[in-house]
Amino acid sequence: MAVTETAVTTPPARKLHRVKAVVNGEPREASVEARLLLVHYLREDLGLTGTHIGCDTTNCGACTVILDGRPVKSCTVFAVQANGSEIRTVEGLEQGGKLHPVQEGFHQEHGLQCGFCTPGMMMTAVALLERNAKPTEGEIRLAISGNLCRCTGYVNIVKSVEYAAAQLREGKA
Amino acid sequence: MIPASFEYEAARDLTHAIQLLSASGGEAKLLAGGQSLIPLMKLRLAQPARVIDLGRIKELAYVREDGELRIGALTREVDLETSAVIRQRYAILVDTTAVIADPLVRNLATVGGNLAHADPANDHPATMLALRASVVARGPKGERVIAIDDLFLDTFTTSLKDDEILTEIRIPRAQPHSGGAYVKLERKVGDFAIAAVAAFVALDEKGNVSTAGIGLTNVGSTAIRAGKTEEALRGRAPDEKAIAQAASAAAAAAQPTSDSRGPAEYKRDVVRVLTARALRQAVARAKGGS
Repeated sequence: MAVTETAVTTPPARKLHRVKAVVNGEPREASVEARLLLVHYLREDLGLTGTHIGCDTTNCGACTVILDGRPVKSCTVFAVQANGSEIRTVEGLEQGGKLHPVQEGFHQEHGLQCGFCTPGMMMTAVALLERNAKPTEGEIRLAISGNLCRCTGYVNIVKSVEYAAAQLREGKA
Repeated sequence: MIPASFEYEAARDLTHAIQLLSASGGEAKLLAGGQSLIPLMKLRLAQPARVIDLGRIKELAYVREDGELRIGALTREVDLETSAVIRQRYAILVDTTAVIADPLVRNLATVGGNLAHADPANDHPATMLALRASVVARGPKGERVIAIDDLFLDTFTTSLKDDEILTEIRIPRAQPHSGGAYVKLERKVGDFAIAAVAAFVALDEKGNVSTAGIGLTNVGSTAIRAGKTEEALRGRAPDEKAIAQAASAAAAAAQPTSDSRGPAEYKRDVVRVLTARALRQAVARAKGGS
């Protein structure tokens, strides 16, 4: 029987792009393909696995990070688009061993069960409280309407954000 | 989900973007907010050879009112929703932008992208039809203005040429005794419309309708102008009888198909109900309510 030789072709080298960003206050950079999504850049190139991948279809908000001051779904941004930007992820919330008031709120008010949506939910909450120090329940529910939680029914999440808002107003941050 | 490979270029400014686009020979897709294009690329329903990123062009993000209302194509939905002039004078645009996807998507999504993508399920097209907007297209040979009725050719297809970029949306300046509203029925936040209706009316000194604009979302291969509805309203007092007749005419103009959002006949009746609601709200705003 004749041995057929299978041609092994190496895929052509793809152009890499240098993506520099200030992530949680620190300058970070990596060389990536243009098609790399921001969530993969954060998780795989920078090792920041606190940002979760949920639906991967722009619905659930588990991958929410704060990009130049605004919460966005990092599964729907190319890393190259974020070149030169400032990014905050859940890893940046705790400062000097002290939880961020939003983290404290989710702890105190039991704002999670399985915890999968929590990093994204908290980043949305942090961004909300930075532009609105005293949101109403309706404003909180609107702000988190792009973040899905399948465990809690949202009641305790809203309470967690209200707790954090009160803490921040009292200057306990 | 990982998109197919593509060549990436970030345009420095509009001139650079037009150069890059011209050099691409129709192989490039323009990336604005990316909230429609990136999901399509992840599903590999779109596999452009080249992507030109417009996101760094700051000059195309603005909302200005002079002779008309001008919205830069790269204005993010969140910036439209929170713009003072929009909130004070163009309530229909607040209605519209506030129901696009969800707040996180609206932090990136752009007004120009919503139109240029030409998805009949997108929300701005119907509103722009109702408002009789036009868009500015820039290419290597200069600029041209396209009336909104001439923009949408088919699903995901516009009359923009391969080397043209949609740069601005122009809307007739809001006049006294005019108002509009956009009413959408969606299964949940973030979903596309089951159906939605944009209504605009201007009233004369007697309180009769001098101009009407009605646009329908997601009940056809493009957003639809309900032209007969507009004609039926002209010159009439916008009372309940006129509104009911207009609503039935709008339902007749819809071309819905049955899908997971409901059977065609249900959607047609949704158009009737939403047209009446949108018209009532538009008339109330034209009379000085909010």
